[in-house]
Amino acid sequence: MKKQLALVIDLNVCVGCHACVTSCKEWNTSGSAGPMPDHNPYGADPSGVFFNRVQTYEVGEYPHTETVHFPKSCLHCEDPPCVPVCPTGASFKREEDGIVLVDYDKCIGCKYCSWACPYGAREFDEQGKVMKKCTLCVDRIYDQQLPEEERKPACVMACPANARIFGDVHDPDSQASQMIRDNKGYQLLPEMGTQPANHYLPRHIKTGKEED
Amino acid sequence: MKPAFSVIFFTTLAGAGQGLFLALYMGEVFRMTEGQLISQDFMLTGLVVSFVLLLLGLTASTFHLGHPMRGWRAVSQWRTSWLSREVIALPLFIALVFFYMAAHYTDQSTATTLSLGLVGIVLCFALFVCTAMIYACLKFLREWHSPLTLVNFILLGTMSGFTLAASLSASMEPSLTYLYTFIAVVLTVTAFISRLGSLARNKSLRESPKSTVQTAIGVRHPKVQQRSMGFMGGSFNTREFFHGKTEFFIKRIRTVFITMVFILPLAMMILSLTSGSATLLIGAFCIQYVGLLAERWFFFAEVNHPQNLYYQTIG
Ligand code: SF4
Ligand code: SF4
Repeated sequence: MKKQLALVIDLNVCVGCHACVTSCKEWNTSGSAGPMPDHNPYGADPSGVFFNRVQTYEVGEYPHTETVHFPKSCLHCEDPPCVPVCPTGASFKREEDGIVLVDYDKCIGCKYCSWACPYGAREFDEQGKVMKKCTLCVDRIYDQQLPEEERKPACVMACPANARIFGDVHDPDSQASQMIRDNKGYQLLPEMGTQPANHYLPRHIKTGKEED
Repeated sequence: MKPAFSVIFFTTLAGAGQGLFLALYMGEVFRMTEGQLISQDFMLTGLVVSFVLLLLGLTASTFHLGHPMRGWRAVSQWRTSWLSREVIALPLFIALVFFYMAAHYTDQSTATTLSLGLVGIVLCFALFVCTAMIYACLKFLREWHSPLTLVNFILLGTMSGFTLAASLSASMEPSLTYLYTFIAVVLTVTAFISRLGSLARNKSLRESPKSTVQTAIGVRHPKVQQRSMGFMGGSFNTREFFHGKTEFFIKRIRTVFITMVFILPLAMMILSLTSGSATLLIGAFCIQYVGLLAERWFFFAEVNHPQNLYYQTIG
């Protein structure tokens, strides 16, 4: 089986600090996927392109509630519905490592791919008029000039809680695969059949009643 | 989804242009079976109108693109993308309409015009299929993922084209007006039924959502509520996939399009069948076209994109 790079996100340890969000933006806005323009950043209705968002959910009924912080970015689906619909071939999935990318020089900005992605993982760049999304820091992870331990996506490097594990989910011996196996890692919206490469490790929610 | 006006205009204009072309070809064949030639004035006027409608549609569609000048690249993925196939079918069909028009203008033999027209018919339906499949092929957008989408696009486009043909023929080829009006009535009734079918289908889909916030984030607890979507302002996700209108407004638009696309034009066309009034037919077409704009707006707005599960609470 070919390589499939992906992120494994541990919801037990994510503290919702948004460090991955900002470091992603910092790296990618100045990297090959950039810029990630902001509109009206200091105004009343700020808006901008991000490849990664951290959301927050409340699970359970007060007082037995848990707060779940939930980072969300492109899941680099194994069967990505966003790719075949693209009329120009600008959206593609790399053979060699399964990363789903957009070629900004080919993209005509029709937004069709974003309609086809059930996760809302793609964000249109209103300034460059092309579609953008997480690249798994493809311009970092192979960079020979970086020390080996830094050849990881910027979000993984930034996470203070180590909630983000990067690796090849097709390699059964990778840390990512082991984490998925040992912790019942799951995929988002599995009913869509997109087979996201990114996995999430479930929270062990303990509400008062269930506590043993 | 947020309705995009470029696409609303494109699909309605092109649909009417395609329907008109079908009507004109049918008229030519019909007159021939009567041993007559169709009035050249009517044919040429009709084809020019169809051609202009298609060009206007094409122009409207380019407003949907961030980089229209790169549009030519869109022909490359015809193997997988219905949008790419449409980008190929549209100019081919426009070219065929042009050749068919040129053949009539230069008085070519009926054999030539009819065979050119036949190719046009094939391309016309190919274009209908491509346009509809752009929406119908997206299986996560359940409101669109149905053969009804295809049926509706074909019926609504053909319907408006025949209504237009009826109103154009009244002054130039009155021998066809009754037939055109009659077919337009039949198509309007059929389209009404199939559109009501898709409205009913979508209503039942809303009552049984396939995905929930639980499957979206993978937490099985029955009570999960979003507290923050990760930002306070807007983003592409909050703009592109929400129509931002009230439930009341949506219902109003539905009433408007049902009245303007189906009920009023039907009444006017049936009246004109008995009174022979051309003004009624022209009115019917105009009302029906404006109604179709509302219908297409509704077609987009009605889709509840699964990504919206992740964008429920500002914060
Ligand atoms: S998450 Fe969306 S954009 Fe990313 S690969 Fe899957 S379908 Fe495509
Ligand atoms: S927006 Fe760009 S990447 Fe997306 S489908 Fe259109 S051309 Fe392809």
